[in-house]
Amino acid sequence: MSEYQVNDNGYYGNFGGAYIPEMLYPNVEELRQQYLAIIQSGDFQREFDRLLRDYVGRPSPLYPAARLSERYGANIFLKREDLNHTGAHKINNTIGQILLAERLGKKRIIAETGAGQHGVATATVCALKGLQCVVYMGAIDIERQAPNVARMKMMGAEVVAANSGSKTLKDATNEALRDWINNPVDTHYIIGSVVGPHPYPDMVARFQSVISAETRKQLLEKTGRETPNYAVACVGGGSNAAGMFYHFLDEPSVKLVAVEAAGRGIHSGESAATTVLGREGVLHGSRSILMQTADGQVIEPYSISAGLDYPGIGPQHAWLHKTGRATYAAITDDEAMQAGLLLTRLEGIIPAIESAHALAQLEKMAFKGDENVVVCLSGRGDKDLDNYMKYFGF
Amino acid sequence: MNRINQLFADKGDRRILSIYFTAGYPTLESTLDIAEALEKAGVDFLEIGFPYSDPVADGPVIQHSSEVALHNGMTLHVLFEQLKELRKRVSIPVLLMGYVNPVLQYGVENFCESCRAVGVDGVIVPDLPMYEFEEHYQSVFEANGLSNIFLVTPQTSEERIRKIDGLSTGFIYLLSSSATTGKNLSVSESTTAYFSRVRAVGLKNPTVIGFGISDHETFVRATEYAEGAIVGSAFVRLLGEADYREKIPQFIHQLRG
Repeated sequence: MSEYQVNDNGYYGNFGGAYIPEMLYPNVEELRQQYLAIIQSGDFQREFDRLLRDYVGRPSPLYPAARLSERYGANIFLKREDLNHTGAHKINNTIGQILLAERLGKKRIIAETGAGQHGVATATVCALKGLQCVVYMGAIDIERQAPNVARMKMMGAEVVAANSGSKTLKDATNEALRDWINNPVDTHYIIGSVVGPHPYPDMVARFQSVISAETRKQLLEKTGRETPNYAVACVGGGSNAAGMFYHFLDEPSVKLVAVEAAGRGIHSGESAATTVLGREGVLHGSRSILMQTADGQVIEPYSISAGLDYPGIGPQHAWLHKTGRATYAAITDDEAMQAGLLLTRLEGIIPAIESAHALAQLEKMAFKGDENVVVCLSGRGDKDLDNYMKYFGF
Repeated sequence: MNRINQLFADKGDRRILSIYFTAGYPTLESTLDIAEALEKAGVDFLEIGFPYSDPVADGPVIQHSSEVALHNGMTLHVLFEQLKELRKRVSIPVLLMGYVNPVLQYGVENFCESCRAVGVDGVIVPDLPMYEFEEHYQSVFEANGLSNIFLVTPQTSEERIRKIDGLSTGFIYLLSSSATTGKNLSVSESTTAYFSRVRAVGLKNPTVIGFGISDHETFVRATEYAEGAIVGSAFVRLLGEADYREKIPQFIHQLRG
């Protein structure tokens, strides 16, 4: 077993675990006991693979970005998760979890969402399977992300405003957990990232690991080698990065670069650079690194990208950070917006602002000629057009 | 024998009443005044909540009290400072209740030592899992004479109830239903079947029922199945009223009937 994967007790090193109130124990325990057997069964894998191919549109292309490569003096490959159905990597996980929920006999699905991408991906699979869907979303995010709210409603989901705390992603997650406590028998909670109590971080990483599984094959075809020199991905909770890193964790030759959101500057007081600003602690059921006061109260993060402003990171990321297996960098709003525009102008691809953080990191890396670099283009920028327009004054 | 064990050993026919309130709510300095008033009104033991920014097991009333308390400046350090006067003013058992992250940041060992120093008898940390407690914290709790209180819900298996009973010192906190705090108790057949099922296990620890107890009727019903009952949200709601001080004795009197 890889030292970077979860152990039998649900931990990555000293991170992870299941810090949940007793009310959630039966649900989480049921998942823990069954998730591996279910997702490793032939029946599950056949349906998962079929839906990823016929419904999501996988494999997503690995695109050699010629003009970007020329600019940075390296072979830059973009893993095109933005081309998935619903526009981001999030659907890989919701397809996996809806199939799991079905096999657990659950009738009702709940989810949290920040920008709305995970909410849309959840509402989508619930429509696909005819299951009841309730999505919790911060009241402020509901205002900011009207098109995604409309998408969810059109697919039949109920969108419930989280009015507690700062009324954003963290509070939507709290509300979803409260819903689960109050509906312990018939409901499955589809968490959107590699966060939450064990087995969620491992389960979500497994569903997202299709990203690096495909990348290996595609790299072999395109470069003659299954591994790149670098794999780069943005990190909010960290699910696209977990998927991008998954099959490279035990290949020391692959340098893993995770990119957090520095907001208006790491030390500006408006940032989401968790590994720099955070300390070890417990949030949403797992021990990880989180932004908090000396008293252990969770600090509300900031980023221009709604998908990256989460005050923690998944426990596996905390462990990859602590062991040094992956490097954690931070990119400001401005750097990300410029990188988003650059990709649009050089390659004709408008990236999600989340993914633009990963692209911006290329500016800061020094390459030795012929190196192969894979960047996870986790989502498309359609949802961010308003933001881009305002920022650049188009 | 700490004050909690003494209380249950000496209780006779008395139905034990516990009240939960959030430290630092409605004002930063109200903690000890409320504790004292509750003892005078005849409450048997107290649960003082230390606030957390993300209280996932709590409903709107306790969430709100936590937000206000944090805004007022309540922290564990402030609370332990206030509690230095605790045993000059209050003699009934006192438990602290809250989420694990503030405890981790304070340091589990420091936390237990501070509890002992100010005369706190037990701790309820709903999101501290049994596995972690057993593995890392049981000895430091014991060294400081602190009871760690575990929760049991209608979905908790008998095997797990037995394990919880084995690890508990003080009492077991029976949740009336799987719910966040502040919901009303509706005692259905399945609820009474669950209370009876727990009783039939033959626990070594006394049980106290919480979540959904808000008035005399629910208090009496709950204490038919357990040694005591806990009132939280209904009391915290009272603290939101301007003249809560005058109303405390009447509130407790009505609960007991």
